Amino acid sequence: MKYTGAQILMKVLQDEGVDLIFGYPGAAVIDIYDELARTDIRHITVRHEQAAVHAADGYARASGKVGVCLVTSGPGATNTVTGIASAYMDSIPVVVISGQVPTHLIGNDAFQEVDIVGITRPCTKHNYLIKQTEDLARIVREAFYIARSGRPGPVLIDIPKDVAKKTVSYGVQKEVKIRSYNPTYNPHMKQLQKVIHLIKSAERPVIFAGGGVILSKSSRELTEFARKTRIPVTTSLMGLGAFPGTDPLWLGMIGMHGTYRANKSTSGCDLLIAIGTRFDDRVTGKTDAFASQANIVHIDIDPTSIRKNIGVTIPIVGDCKITLNHLNRLVDEADLGDIPKKREKWLRQIEEWKSTQQLAYEQGNVIKPQYVIEKLYELTRGEAIITTEVGQSQMWTAQYYHFDKPDHFITSGGLGCMGFGLPAAIGAQIACPDKLVVDVAGDGSIQMNIQEMATAVEYGLAVKIVILNNGYLGMVRQWQELFYEKRYAYTKIGHMPDFIKLAEAYGAAGLRATKPEEVISVLSEGLSIPKPVMMEFLVDPEECVYPMVPAGAPISEMLLV
Amino acid sequence: MIEEKSILSILVDNEPGVLSRIVGLFSGRGYNIESLCVAETIDPHVSRITIATMANLPVVEQIKKQLNKLVNVIKVHELTGTKYIERELALIKVKAKPEHRAEILRIVDIFRCKVVDVGLDHYTIEITGDEDKLSAILNLLKPIGIKEVAKTGIIAVSREPKNY
Repeated sequence: MKYTGAQILMKVLQDEGVDLIFGYPGAAVIDIYDELARTDIRHITVRHEQAAVHAADGYARASGKVGVCLVTSGPGATNTVTGIASAYMDSIPVVVISGQVPTHLIGNDAFQEVDIVGITRPCTKHNYLIKQTEDLARIVREAFYIARSGRPGPVLIDIPKDVAKKTVSYGVQKEVKIRSYNPTYNPHMKQLQKVIHLIKSAERPVIFAGGGVILSKSSRELTEFARKTRIPVTTSLMGLGAFPGTDPLWLGMIGMHGTYRANKSTSGCDLLIAIGTRFDDRVTGKTDAFASQANIVHIDIDPTSIRKNIGVTIPIVGDCKITLNHLNRLVDEADLGDIPKKREKWLRQIEEWKSTQQLAYEQGNVIKPQYVIEKLYELTRGEAIITTEVGQSQMWTAQYYHFDKPDHFITSGGLGCMGFGLPAAIGAQIACPDKLVVDVAGDGSIQMNIQEMATAVEYGLAVKIVILNNGYLGMVRQWQELFYEKRYAYTKIGHMPDFIKLAEAYGAAGLRATKPEEVISVLSEGLSIPKPVMMEFLVDPEECVYPMVPAGAPISEMLLV
Repeated sequence: MIEEKSILSILVDNEPGVLSRIVGLFSGRGYNIESLCVAETIDPHVSRITIATMANLPVVEQIKKQLNKLVNVIKVHELTGTKYIERELALIKVKAKPEHRAEILRIVDIFRCKVVDVGLDHYTIEITGDEDKLSAILNLLKPIGIKEVAKTGIIAVSREPKNY
């Protein structure tokens, strides 16, 4: 049978299980859109292409499926770059399909032409320019395979207009096989035996889990492993929810805004078992001082993550789930005897750190942002899917919303991308229509993709937005306060829109709390309105996120409240 | 840590944009390229890229892993520390005043290379060899006056019977 490129694209997308696309039409993709409208694939028209990618990112994380975007050439394609870079840093499976000018015009500086494959080469897992319709089916299938396998990541496919229009024959497709791409899933068993030996001899062990545990859906295995060996657990920002935030073995988040006990115990441990993490600089602080007395075991599916920033005693390349399953079996076989009991001294020490330096704030006459997050946690019983923007609001959420389950905290961790939370919430809400989805934002970052309010209203997505309004770009202001002698260069937001009127103008609801006693009522009312709601909280303008490790300092050296 | 020279032999898909991925990886991550050679292998779908880089050991390890991570990279083989043959070709245009011509030809003879072009006031010498040989002849010719040098960069193959 003969089909056009656009028709083949639809067939392959449906074969890959795609039932939803976030996109924005344009001249170079009219043919593709024309076919898309004939299928039963749902299309969400966003208001900006960056938001399409963030939404696909949020959708991918909440659903476990590959997120898909469709955008036009030129500006449509360049607008996706920030979203792609964020998905790349956080290893999120997203496929971005961009239109391109017809092949005979490529390189001519044609209208709406841009070399998007060249631009996105360093921020995609892989990308393709399809030059012949005959290659289209194979490439699209490879793109999905690459996006979701191994360490996941975004893949971009650039489709020139004539390639989408041309008619070619299309038949049964072979299984995808790429000779130069074979991720390692199974760990080396000898290495795992060495880990068991280290677990037996360690007196002060710590588990440090990252986003890889969530991506490989192995939080249950991790929890079993930690409880069985009685080893306390910390996670990176991306790992929040991989281990229950209410478990007695939970240390809290590690790193620049990590808890006192997480940073202290990581600095003082004699065995660090790192799982699915890449030792980002916001985690390690000064690398020479990081877990400097410890044997370090590092499990990751991406070999480049291992020994990139931190020296390792036992490197293990493999999938977190498979590796943790093996480790759990080996722990059972090894019969640790009373070894877990020997941890009690270490756990008592951690308990002491916990009781001397807790996360704390004092709720006075002005609303404290931490208080809002705590009340949000209580009112949602920790069950909501939380997305965030970036900065102080993100960190307070990480500290005060005690994530018990994976896939409930959706944040731009690696790229730290303002404007992420609202579109990501839209994606998550579509993936989980029955869940409560809340975007925690600052007054700065909410304005970076605020146009997506229209998308939320149009598609009846009842996302809730909590704006912690402190009138500043708060995290930068905090750095200026602490390290630049309070020279607040351009971080005061001079003019703020009326968020209530703005929400209403979009057709959403808006609520505001100006006093501490209004916080609970605004939250409970806002969370119960069955449409998009903006809840604005006028919070203490100069509240800081503590603890804080100054950039480049050892994580044991924290600025405390 | 000491930076040392490493020679990496990389087999890649012979497709447009692949070289750009490799070079972009080096520039984006701040790795150094001393020389780079690329050409098709006996299999028209595969190209071999030979890169000489200066880096300390952990960085070389990281470079190899990052290269392997690229979807179009089929195989990365570090030749440094193994048995291998290394060659580079240079074309050296040297000033050839009448009083120097005999000296130049003597040097050419000693190095077993050849004069491939002669002008009114210059000779062009073609020489093949490893890095030491090329720098030795350049040092000898420098006092006579080198007008231009073009070098190919290093190519290398393993001496082991196994194919890479």
